[in-house]
Amino acid sequence: MKKLALISIPLTVALLAYTSYLALMVAPTEQTMGDVQRIFYYHVPSGWVAGLCFFINFVASAVFLWKRSEASDALAAASAEVGVVFCTVLLITGPLWARPVWGIWWTWDARLTTTLVLWLIYVSYLVLRRFAAGGQTQVLAAAFAIFGFADVPIVYMSIRWFRTQHPSPVMGGGENSGLAPAMLHVFLTNLVAFTVLGVLFVVLRYKLQMQEQALESAHAQMALKGVSR
Amino acid sequence: MSTLGVTRATLVKDLRMEWRSKDAVNSMLFFSLLVVVIFSFAFNPTAEESRRIAGGLIWVAFLFAAVVALNQTWARELRNQVLDAYRVSPAPPNALFLAKTLGNFLFVVVLEILMTPLFVVFYELRSVGPVWQLLVIALLGTWALVVNGTFFAGLSIRTRNREIMLPLLLFPITIPALLAMVDATTSILTGEASPDFWMKMLAVYDIVFTAICLLLFETVLNAE
Repeated sequence: MKKLALISIPLTVALLAYTSYLALMVAPTEQTMGDVQRIFYYHVPSGWVAGLCFFINFVASAVFLWKRSEASDALAAASAEVGVVFCTVLLITGPLWARPVWGIWWTWDARLTTTLVLWLIYVSYLVLRRFAAGGQTQVLAAAFAIFGFADVPIVYMSIRWFRTQHPSPVMGGGENSGLAPAMLHVFLTNLVAFTVLGVLFVVLRYKLQMQEQALESAHAQMALKGVSR
Repeated sequence: MSTLGVTRATLVKDLRMEWRSKDAVNSMLFFSLLVVVIFSFAFNPTAEESRRIAGGLIWVAFLFAAVVALNQTWARELRNQVLDAYRVSPAPPNALFLAKTLGNFLFVVVLEILMTPLFVVFYELRSVGPVWQLLVIALLGTWALVVNGTFFAGLSIRTRNREIMLPLLLFPITIPALLAMVDATTSILTGEASPDFWMKMLAVYDIVFTAICLLLFETVLNAE
């Protein structure tokens, strides 16, 4: 784990520095929005990584319920934590951009609301993991993850209907549809860099979780031996 | 014993215990009465306003009240290790889950029947749209609250901070159902829009989550 961290962390930091340079210096300034548009290069990749993490969490939880392997539970825990972090970044950078461009911090639009509900669901997932007692944690968390993932499309559909019924005060909520080639290049490199960062976080957190589990079971074994002696 | 037999036996036992103690219904009733009074003070709406906000008030009050009853669902079975006895018995786990869900469903329906007249009086409610649709929404919505609530109560009973855990798990998952109930109720009361979409959505929500609950309950019951 140490070797992996020693190599991959500096590489990822260098990559992020490079893509940040691209996003802040090289990318052309957007005509109507100005410099604030540059947040887009962080906002969208964060959303992508969060979505990816939550999907990994769902798959890992399903695999855990099926195979009961410690590894899939550790992966589920790791990806949920990292997903919540990136989802938080998404929810913070969004309003920062919306305030100057839309004139408001927040609107109950389909995508915003769905993201917020998604965030709430996975925060409760983490709370459940924290408070569940002992060996039951893994099963309870995996079961809840299935509920959470099933809920997301329903939330999206319902809010979409809800908001198309009542037109929202902000028109044209979409990001720049059709990106200029120079922007697209910067955006894609940022997307790659964030994916690398997300995967690195998940892998490190996964390794840590595995070590914690190994430590816990070693403690349990020792305690058992102590009793039998 | 068949699934149906176990379900009926458990349900009858729960209903009898509730009939004798009236714990769940009484605490829910008083709780939602308090919510009604506090909301009434806090918003002090006119008849026209209340028609628009009543859908939200009613369902939030019922949601909070339901949590009170849901939290007691499994606590009773922990005493004297009844739940452990159930686990080692050959009775199908889903029968137990269905019985508990039906029990809670009946309790919340009784609560709704008793509380609705109070809402009507306090908020001067009169529906513009057809009232029978409200009945359909109440049944679908109550099932949506109760089926997930019973399941999550079973989850949270195994955590360290039982009573707090249930709303933390239930509320985020319930948001689409709550939105559907509130919006459907409001559109019927004001008669401005059709609640058809919301009714279908609630039906889909009920089917999806009832299926997931039945699929996962055995796993959760036997979690060690």
